[in-house]
Amino acid sequence: MLIRRPRPGDSAAIQPSQITDEAVYLDRRRLLQAALAAGVTGLGASWPADATSGGAPLTFKPNPAYNVTDPPPNKYEDITTYNNFYEFGIDKSAPASNSERFKPAPWSVTISGEAERTGKFWLEDILKPHALEERVYRMRCVEAWSMVIPWVGVPLGDVLKQFKPTAKAKYVAFKTVMRPSEMPGQKIDVLEWPYVEGLRIDEAMNPLALLAVGLYGKTLPNQNGAPLRLVTPWKYGFKGIKSIVEIRFTERQPPTAWNISAPNEYGFYANVNPQVDHPRWSQARERRIGGGVFAARVPTLMFNGYEKEVASLYQGMDLARNY
Amino acid sequence: MPSAVVVRRYIKPAVFLACLLPLLLLTLHAFNIGGDLGANPVEKIQDTLGQWGLRFLMITLAVTPFRDWFDAPWLVMLRRMLGLYGFFYVLLHFLTWLILDQGMDWQEVLVDVTRRPFITIGFIALLLLIPLAVTSTNGMMRRLSKRWKTLHRLVYPITLLGVWHYWWQVKADIREPLLYLSIVVVLLAWRAWKAMRPRLANRKTAAA
Repeated sequence: MLIRRPRPGDSAAIQPSQITDEAVYLDRRRLLQAALAAGVTGLGASWPADATSGGAPLTFKPNPAYNVTDPPPNKYEDITTYNNFYEFGIDKSAPASNSERFKPAPWSVTISGEAERTGKFWLEDILKPHALEERVYRMRCVEAWSMVIPWVGVPLGDVLKQFKPTAKAKYVAFKTVMRPSEMPGQKIDVLEWPYVEGLRIDEAMNPLALLAVGLYGKTLPNQNGAPLRLVTPWKYGFKGIKSIVEIRFTERQPPTAWNISAPNEYGFYANVNPQVDHPRWSQARERRIGGGVFAARVPTLMFNGYEKEVASLYQGMDLARNY
Repeated sequence: MPSAVVVRRYIKPAVFLACLLPLLLLTLHAFNIGGDLGANPVEKIQDTLGQWGLRFLMITLAVTPFRDWFDAPWLVMLRRMLGLYGFFYVLLHFLTWLILDQGMDWQEVLVDVTRRPFITIGFIALLLLIPLAVTSTNGMMRRLSKRWKTLHRLVYPITLLGVWHYWWQVKADIREPLLYLSIVVVLLAWRAWKAMRPRLANRKTAAA
């Protein structure tokens, strides 16, 4: 069941956290899990009861349509110890070492803006109508390194449609949770916090856009954006906003964190494009993580190899200007 | 203060070995002894070497001020070795980039050196270090006499280029390059102040 957005003055203007105390809430999830194990809920997504930390097993189906096999997926260890998540620190090892105190459950997401159904929703309620699937995607960082990652999640567009965006919804804006006490990096002003990202609505509705809740068949570890993150494999990794607490449908293009920080270096689109260099370094080639010391860089593919799926979104656009 | 013999026999060899520690640690980690190089070993090697190159140049710049501040003239006996270590690590940093990172793809290397300002700056700094390393011998010092000192003042702009090179390649967190810059500015400002002081003092006496 989805929670209606409380209107001002409405007696129901209560935060979900005020209604359900955590123990009861967790218990509810345990029941759901038990029901699922018994095959009662049928099609619904399985969200594990013990998702209070990463690594709880998920029930999902691999989607063969999105299954990168060459190169093979990176090791779990590499994916979870080498990544950027500035909320936990700047070094690529910082997310793994500084994210222990982060609490990804209970988790709710606020849906707002140009949509018919808005309000604050529990994550499991958002996921319930959908079946989790595994997709093995390429990931290309703007820093010119890349990985192959088996995500578990649901297509973003399917989730967004639940909230019935109106004709005015031209963009979708995302926001990361703001918790400096659990995310030490947020105490340092390297970026404007909280982290924000955005997509054009047609980009968001593209089947390739994924809302991920898992990695290697298990719930996301904190350092990779638990419990809910965006994955847009045709764009540079920084578009994949992590630990999402707000999704807003907007009429105007929303601001995005790295664009605010350095507008001449990071654009709104941030599509992987070997022909459009970063002002300071080349984007023509990339270093594959896991290749070892003597592996050469490999050529970067247009839209990170997803040209077939997404090129039509950008027809007639000057991609050098709309970087 | 230690005698010249003690410096030559004990302190200098000890410092020589200590300066090799960053390289030793990298090598051990490459073989997974006492640590590892992480998911992106090439980047790790390259960053570590570059960082130590810059640090050794800064340490070299600190020798003269430290000599004065702590009345330790013997420190100067270590200066050449420290400077050469700076060159050594910068050179290894460059070779890592050239061989491991770029795979000696000369076309790409040329494009990077000429068109990526932060790489251009780093490359210029490396080129400028070469004459300093070559003229670091006693024979060269004698042969160049007064010009030697002028030539070796190149290390000031070289170190600044190194900090700039570092600053320009970080994405958003400039705290560490800013710290490096502050240190270099202090070390250079002290020299400027010291060079000005006799002149200022003279002016004062003349006025009196």
